[in-house]
Amino acid sequence: MTKVLATASAGGHWEQMMLLRPTLEQFDVHFATTHPDLPRRAGIAAATILPDCNQDQPLNSLRCLFAAFALVLRVRPDVVISTGAAPGFFCVLAGRLTGARTLWIDSVANAEQLSMCGKLSRIFSTRCLTQWEYLADGQRVRYAGKLL
Amino acid sequence: MILVTVGMQLGFDRLIRAIDEVAPDLPLPVVAQTGKGTYQARNIQTLESIAPSEFDGMIKQTHLLVAHAGIGTVLTAQRFGKPLVLFPRRASFGEHRNDHQLATVGQLDGRLGIIVAREESELRDAILRGLAMEMSGVADETAARRANLTSAIDQFIRTGIL
Repeated sequence: MTKVLATASAGGHWEQMMLLRPTLEQFDVHFATTHPDLPRRAGIAAATILPDCNQDQPLNSLRCLFAAFALVLRVRPDVVISTGAAPGFFCVLAGRLTGARTLWIDSVANAEQLSMCGKLSRIFSTRCLTQWEYLADGQRVRYAGKLL
Repeated sequence: MILVTVGMQLGFDRLIRAIDEVAPDLPLPVVAQTGKGTYQARNIQTLESIAPSEFDGMIKQTHLLVAHAGIGTVLTAQRFGKPLVLFPRRASFGEHRNDHQLATVGQLDGRLGIIVAREESELRDAILRGLAMEMSGVADETAARRANLTSAIDQFIRTGIL
């Protein structure tokens, strides 16, 4: 069965991932987030908690990067999916480097331009989706619908 | 009750202060999750943080949510079928890294169950309108856009094609 790693930071990123849950649970999915209460609330027993980080926190980002690689090496997913933010991007990066197919879904919150990680995903992820039609370029950034 | 939330990451004193000031004019008590704000409210009950699982219990008893324009809150309100007043954070007040919340309310204004208050002076009316609102599930067009995205993701996982 296809092994999927699905990572989303606490807050809106996670809420968006939970809307994808019925789709993801057709496969052998493993969830990762940044707050232990979120998988507990959703009744997901085996989730991984990654250290949170953002672009202003170089040390936390480094810790998170290592944790993301460790997670990907442990799970060995066929597919990595993230709805953001930086911890999810690190999982996409690690997935791509270990041969997984990766999908970055830029948060629906980014209605004016792609997030920083979204922009990086145009290069580093197998596919990059925006949830706003006018932000797609039809090549590296595509639109396939939105959660809101 | 009316539940106010500013999200898990940043304080939002401008919203909490504005709500505290209009609270005496409102027909229901207000409970606010304030994050790392410093404003001391006098007319409303405040909590720095609410655990997500506890938040779910509170939102069930809530008539109306008032919140920063965070997507997590928008989706949560939708999931529980609660009307929502959105008050965007502004980068110029140091409330967020950029003005993406202004873009969010620009896109969501007029959607089923969502009322936007762009200024403090608009909050009182927005809340009263929200309390009068009848809610009934997710709009059809939202469900259709959602289905398009989930089937694209399903296909990508199975075949790699997108």
